[in-house]
Amino acid sequence: MALLEIRDVVKKFGDFTAVNHVSLSIEAGEFFTLLGPSGCGKTTLLRMLAGFEKPDHGQIILDGQDMAHVPPEKRPVHTVFQNYALFPHMTVAQNIAFPLKMEQRPEAEIKAMVQEALEDVRLQQFATRFPHELSGGQRQRVAIARALVSRPRLLLLDEPLSALDAKLREQMQIELITLQKEVGVTFVYVTHDQGEALALSHRIAVMNKGKVEQLDVPETIYSYPKNRFVADFIGQCNLLDATVTEIGAERMKIEIAGVGIAEAQKVEGIEIGTKGALSLRPEKIKLGVTLPADDADEVHFKGQVHDCLYLGDVTIYIIELENGTLVETMLPNSDPGKAKFFDDNDLVELAWRFDAGHFLPV
Amino acid sequence: MAHSKHTTKWLISGPPLLYLLIFFAIPSLIMAFAAFRFPGDYGGLMPLVSTSDAGASTWLINQNNWREFLTLENFLRFVEDKVYVELFIKSFWYAGLTTLVCLVMAYPLAWLIARSARKTRDLLVLLVILPFWSNFLIRVYAWMIILGPQSYFSSTLNKVLAVFGIEPVSLLFSQFAVIVGLVYVHLPFMVLPLYANLEKHDMTLLDAAQDLGANAWQRFWKVTWPLSLPGVWAGVALVFIPALGMFAIPDLLGGTNSMMVGNLIKQQFLDSRDWPFGSVLSIMLTLTVLLLAAIASWAGSRHKKKGKK
Ligand SMILES: Nc1ncnc2c1ncn2[C@@H]1O[C@H](COP(=O)(O)OP(=O)(O)OP(=O)(O)O)[C@@H](O)[C@H]1O
Ligand SMILES: [Mg+2]
Repeated sequence: MALLEIRDVVKKFGDFTAVNHVSLSIEAGEFFTLLGPSGCGKTTLLRMLAGFEKPDHGQIILDGQDMAHVPPEKRPVHTVFQNYALFPHMTVAQNIAFPLKMEQRPEAEIKAMVQEALEDVRLQQFATRFPHELSGGQRQRVAIARALVSRPRLLLLDEPLSALDAKLREQMQIELITLQKEVGVTFVYVTHDQGEALALSHRIAVMNKGKVEQLDVPETIYSYPKNRFVADFIGQCNLLDATVTEIGAERMKIEIAGVGIAEAQKVEGIEIGTKGALSLRPEKIKLGVTLPADDADEVHFKGQVHDCLYLGDVTIYIIELENGTLVETMLPNSDPGKAKFFDDNDLVELAWRFDAGHFLPV
Repeated sequence: MAHSKHTTKWLISGPPLLYLLIFFAIPSLIMAFAAFRFPGDYGGLMPLVSTSDAGASTWLINQNNWREFLTLENFLRFVEDKVYVELFIKSFWYAGLTTLVCLVMAYPLAWLIARSARKTRDLLVLLVILPFWSNFLIRVYAWMIILGPQSYFSSTLNKVLAVFGIEPVSLLFSQFAVIVGLVYVHLPFMVLPLYANLEKHDMTLLDAAQDLGANAWQRFWKVTWPLSLPGVWAGVALVFIPALGMFAIPDLLGGTNSMMVGNLIKQQFLDSRDWPFGSVLSIMLTLTVLLLAAIASWAGSRHKKKGKK
């Protein structure tokens, strides 16, 4: 049985539905992420897990126990709040000791556990400081140590890194993964940053408008987005309007509007004439002045460079296909001193393997 | 550049400083000096200077005869008769009780105001300060009527007491009436600083405390209360100090035994016309309050240091 079962949970504010029939199950020890744009109901779902909001419908079952009538202070669930919510009148050590004091553990034990928690987040020398005497990253670590010190069954993190700068965020991501492995506590992590979600999670639930659009491991979410929303939201993705023209055993043919016929992987539940879009990640597209056309598994098109964006490690080339559709491609600048392979208006050829893309019926 | 900054600073702080100097510092010094002098034959102070009919003035006091003009006797009188110290203790007790009752009553009220919707909040704050719009004495007289034997309040209370076979009580002109009056007058001074403090509290701290296992009681004592202490101290100071010096309320609502130090000081200056002793009483009152404040701040800083350790 899973550690946490969310069964058909609905939460309404007035006549606005913030969480709409969500069902999830999360395994013990998992690093689970709720990913979605602002306002999609991530915080609301998290607050229901913590007990601050009551679901209007459905059940939340933790360790086989229905949480419906368990108040937040009695749940073995701790939260790392977005603004950290450290107690300003307590030192770092006192903040971390707080949940242990609430459990009325003996003083000596509290002291030892606080010491250990401080070591876990490398803050030993800050024990006697007050929160306002710490940097953002240090405060973050105190908040995590405080929430983890009594080893809850579930740790909820609501966009914990969003207030940090990019460099520190990356460092904290690594620390979070290490810490989660070390303590073995199940994490439910909320973010609207897809890169962060892909980097950290064992599994991701992509949410939109109160619903879970797709739930899977990061690789699948990224490579095989289930619908236009997920494809668009996760990373850069080309969506080429297409219609199914021929269906084979494993492959099918689609007509990309105004460009031509392309082979693609067969998708279940479609028929000839089904309209949709081919989703294609920029890095899966090959680009060259001329490309050998001898591989039967590859799809070939011609285009013209429309724009180049130099990003340092890679350069993004926006290619205009014959009918005017713009396709984004990407090449690493791995050759020494090389910043660009093509210039604006160069004529180029594009190719991708038939299974690089993914047909999404509308 | 630096010069003009300096000038601006003095231009801004100069007038209030001057005001405090003229109306606070100098009178305080005059009073402190008066405490060492003898009362005059017809009240006031024994003159140090004589003015002739022609208007020329000459000093009466000089190096040899200053003992006839300056004395410690006023202070000795204060220490020797335990009546005065007892009155001080009683006044501190009244003021302390008033402060405590105000705190207990004002805290939930301030909390409620701070937690209510913004629109109702402004209305409630207005209601708290509304009594200031009518005269202080009129409000105290109103209490004389409310607590008086003929009032509905008193008669209803006594009827209820009679049911339980308890003798009727007289509310007016008692210590009870004094405390009621003191609490009534000072309550807004406790509510406002508490409200100003509680209103700024970050509600997510309470969520965090609850999330980490604190029940409602613990959330109050571990989070809300310690964070509200600055507001509590401000309220305590704003209630305790004026309550300590109050004379109108004991005069109007109190009986013969509910005199406070304020009444005694007033008596010395206006009735007995013994200015030097009145000054001694005032100075002792000020010194005691300062001493208490010093002890409080010392205890506070010690507590903080302990927290840091
Ligand atoms: N207490 C509330 N009363 C009314 N509406 C609310 C309340 N809390 C949240 N909502 C609404 O529910 C929706 C979901 O809110 P929620 O805070 O869960 O979003 P989120 O996914 O966490 O967004 P963000 O990434 O911006 O934090 C929003 O449209 C919000 O306006
Ligand atoms: Mg949120």
